[in-house]
Amino acid sequence: MYDFELVKPTTVEEAVAALSGDEAQPLGGGQTLIPTMKQRLAMPGTLVSTSGIASMKGVSASGGVLTVGGATTHGTVAAEAASSYPALAALAGGIGDPAVRNRGTVGGSLANNDPAACYPAGLLGSGGVVVTNTREIAADDFFQGMFTTALEEGELITAVKFNIPEKAAYAKFAQPASRFPLTAAFVAKTSDGVRVAITGASEEGVFRWTEAEEALSSNFSADAVDGLSVDADGMIGDIHGTPAYRAHLVKVMTKRAVTAAG
Amino acid sequence: MPTVSMTVNGKPTTAEAEGRTLLVEFLRGPLGLTGTHVGCDTSQCGACVVHVNGEAVKACTMFAAEAEGADVQTIEGMANADGSLGVIQQAFQDHHGLQCGFCTPGMVMSAAALLKENPKPTETEIRDYLEGNICRCTGYHNIVKAIMAASGQDVTAIAAE
Ligand SMILES: Cc1cc2nc3c(=O)[nH]c(=O)nc-3n(C[C@H](O)[C@H](O)[C@H](O)COP(=O)(O)OP(=O)(O)OC[C@H]3O[C@@H](n4cnc5c(N)ncnc54)[C@H](O)[C@@H]3O)c2cc1C
Ligand code: FES
Ligand code: FES
Repeated sequence: MYDFELVKPTTVEEAVAALSGDEAQPLGGGQTLIPTMKQRLAMPGTLVSTSGIASMKGVSASGGVLTVGGATTHGTVAAEAASSYPALAALAGGIGDPAVRNRGTVGGSLANNDPAACYPAGLLGSGGVVVTNTREIAADDFFQGMFTTALEEGELITAVKFNIPEKAAYAKFAQPASRFPLTAAFVAKTSDGVRVAITGASEEGVFRWTEAEEALSSNFSADAVDGLSVDADGMIGDIHGTPAYRAHLVKVMTKRAVTAAG
Repeated sequence: MPTVSMTVNGKPTTAEAEGRTLLVEFLRGPLGLTGTHVGCDTSQCGACVVHVNGEAVKACTMFAAEAEGADVQTIEGMANADGSLGVIQQAFQDHHGLQCGFCTPGMVMSAAALLKENPKPTETEIRDYLEGNICRCTGYHNIVKAIMAASGQDVTAIAAE
């Protein structure tokens, strides 16, 4: 990989100052960025590590909101959100494998917005906000298509706030080699209705399946989505599955998530 | 070149490392600890698993400088003080948990991390935990058996299918 300078700030202010430099980029757990750099698909001049910033780590729940520091690892969320938001803890605990979960962070996952990543479904399905060094971005405005988000250059995700629903579940159909979702659904039921977020399926990245949300808001049971159909147009097609296959999985995984949520 | 310091298998160590030096390169190069293997270099196979502050990580997907000041344990630190094999290593030998042995350092380090979290895992829990460790030789059954045995559990029920 190309050489670069690695800086390790201990506060958000120092990190933001370092990120204002030319070709500077945040380094979370590196579980996506390091492989990308090895392939020379990314060549930052400076990497600003978030791993030493104490204020960006940790999990806390209050007033129906789960707040997770932007540099908190998937493993920590799996352990520490288990009682306050079990569905999200289970999502975090199902990412990759234990070694990936010990390094990968929520901020890195959301900033990357891989079309098959788990956390985008967790956040869009829960509703909530991405907190950065300059502002708060609503979950519904954050994701802007495959690998694209509302983040500006040099903007750092310092925390993520998830609304804790009455019940929720994440159902992931894992691609056995990569362990990413082939397609997965996050379903959350709140007093205001139901949210359904789908990842791994659309060429636009994570999306809300609004027809299912309406159907489930009046009848929260797996049968409620039986009559719906998902258009294969715009679904991802690759060696692992055709667009029609993924469209079918959208429905199957949504039903499984509803059943699991109980 | 800047230097990086960490404690490796209980010994304080300092060596030169660039920003881009991977932890696995640092261990295998200047430190000469070649027990940690590189199987894929793409974060998939787990041959490079070591412990950083007690947690299993893929040393091919972490920069050495990120482990500055950390307590790092590698396969070289798994033997007993007298040089005999540690419990997990001995169980791998006893139950034929390895053939070519390339994946074994990572398997043993992942197993050690699992048993620290969960001293009596079920067969399913072991298979889940080894999700990120790939073995081309054994077909996994004997690895699972070895880890069950290392945790003091009866392994007669695990079939060598
Ligand atoms: C074998 C394997 C299996 C995996 N399986 C899954 C899976 O099943 N599901 C899944 O969702 N993911 C999976 N992943 C990806 C994993 O979750 C990554 O950890 C995650 O996508 C990126 O997080 P990171 O902290 O490692 O970010 P990095 O790789 O460090 O960074 C990724 C991007 O985010 C930016 N960034 C990092 N932190 C911040 C921040 N705080 N603010 C703004 N930008 C930031 C970086 O500049 C970079 O552009 C897998 C990865 C591997 C290697
Ligand atoms: S060499 Fe690190 S995961 Fe394969
Ligand atoms: S023993 Fe050969 S790869 Fe596992």
